[in-house]
Amino acid sequence: MISRYRYRKFVEWANWTGMLLCIGVSLFFLVAILGYVLVNGASYIDWEFLTAMPVPAGETGGGIANALVGSFLVVLVASLIALPIGIGAAIFVNEFPSQGFGRTVRFLAEVLTGVPSIVVGLFAYALVVIPSGGFSALSGSVAYAFIMVPIILISAHEALRLVPDSLREASLALGIPKWRTIMGVVLPVSSRALITGAVLAISRALGEAAPMLFTAFGNSFWNVNLTKPVATVPLLIYTYATGPYEDWHRKAWAASFVLLVVVLFTSVLTRAFLRGKSNE
Amino acid sequence: MSSESYAMNDLKTRELELALDRGAEAGKADHGVRMRVEDLSVYYGKLRAVKNVTMSVGTHKVTALIGPSGCGKSTFIRCLNRMHELTPGARVEGTVLLDDQNLYGSGVDPVNVRRRVGMVFQKPNPFPNMSVRDNVIAGFKLNGVRDRKTLDEVVEKSLRGAALWDEVKDNLQKSGASLSGGQQQRLCIARALAVSPEVLLMDEPCSALDPIATAKIEELIHELKEQVTIVIVTHNMQQAARVSDFTSFFYLGELVEFGETGKLFTAPEKRQTEDYITGRFG
Repeated sequence: MISRYRYRKFVEWANWTGMLLCIGVSLFFLVAILGYVLVNGASYIDWEFLTAMPVPAGETGGGIANALVGSFLVVLVASLIALPIGIGAAIFVNEFPSQGFGRTVRFLAEVLTGVPSIVVGLFAYALVVIPSGGFSALSGSVAYAFIMVPIILISAHEALRLVPDSLREASLALGIPKWRTIMGVVLPVSSRALITGAVLAISRALGEAAPMLFTAFGNSFWNVNLTKPVATVPLLIYTYATGPYEDWHRKAWAASFVLLVVVLFTSVLTRAFLRGKSNE
Repeated sequence: MSSESYAMNDLKTRELELALDRGAEAGKADHGVRMRVEDLSVYYGKLRAVKNVTMSVGTHKVTALIGPSGCGKSTFIRCLNRMHELTPGARVEGTVLLDDQNLYGSGVDPVNVRRRVGMVFQKPNPFPNMSVRDNVIAGFKLNGVRDRKTLDEVVEKSLRGAALWDEVKDNLQKSGASLSGGQQQRLCIARALAVSPEVLLMDEPCSALDPIATAKIEELIHELKEQVTIVIVTHNMQQAARVSDFTSFFYLGELVEFGETGKLFTAPEKRQTEDYITGRFG
């Protein structure tokens, strides 16, 4: 009897320790990445780095202003393309259920999230770059949009699924047409989850370098013209990190740090905003 | 059930309608037939949930639908404003007349039907994204009405109509979801009344409420029948006896008996009705 009890206590303890270990390892990677980027990158950050243009290779100083603006521009246009398509498709799948079709769309979206981003870049190259005759910010946005649409679709679908049917019925029973029910009740009720999903997709796109290689292409100069090649932060990191100069490597670390901070801040600010909203 | 007993129910319905019509001819506003259901059957795929029901709903009367769970009364009431169409695979045969219009006629838009025949559900379902005020006028706002003065009048009138005004008049901007369960249900009644329906359907409106809130809603039903015709589904036979003028007893998808409430509860004509109301089954 006693030994049985001890054995159970031991199993309990072993399981507990095992799980604690797993948590430790996963947290370690997070902290290690953050710490490494912080140590290597933060010291290089100053106002000049954020606001100045890059300088020619070999010179020290200069910054990544064009890449910051370029990333912002490309992701903004990508969001304008991907948000309506992703949320619209999710509304269709969830609010107009037809036996097999919705499930098929959902399955395809899940497959699409698994497509390697380099392949997405190639596809955008074939779809936009070749017909339009050159690399452009817009082709980069199209590539990002391809990455974002399935993420938005899946998260929006989950968000809409959580809206209780009783609310749809309440609205329809008032003689409110279906599309107004969707716009006035279903979307507002699920807005928190929709925003979270959109931010997730934006964060994911912000950090992708591969789809930019043969679309946005990169640019050492200032450009906000959508039809011309543009610099983005992940591309800049790729170029600097693989370059031969010590100063470039340090800039790559610093740019990584900036990217991390932007992504972290976006999600933290969204959370804070949504929490404030729920207290209204 | 045999075809003979359908015929008997039909005969009974006609008798009651004649009585109601005589009242209407005599000029009483609270008489006449508002809705008539003829030979209504509802299917979920192959399952026939409601079988050849014929009955009528008197103007400014309260008609109660009683019967054990799964007897088809909720399915039936959802046919009166075409809400059952939202259930995939549901199908209806027969006619439902509102005044003289067949709600299932070709070219009839269910959206318009639901503006005339409102509904209150089993569980209070105020819109959580809206304030008390916005919940009441949701039917206007979501249909594009913006005129502040009209809306303010509607808010007060509907909340008074639902006996909720005194409790919430100082907190109209509070979230509708922050009210108590009973208040939420009266908010839902106010929301349904706001669009001035001719008929109000109530699907077990008190089953999620405590006895005090239930009593308030029952009292409210008495007052409401001045302005609107009411059909109410209830599991509670005392409630049916207290609030209704007419009662229908459903069993296994069939309308077993339909008649004046006083008569049906004191001298039921069918054995099944008597067994059910005396608690021998169900």
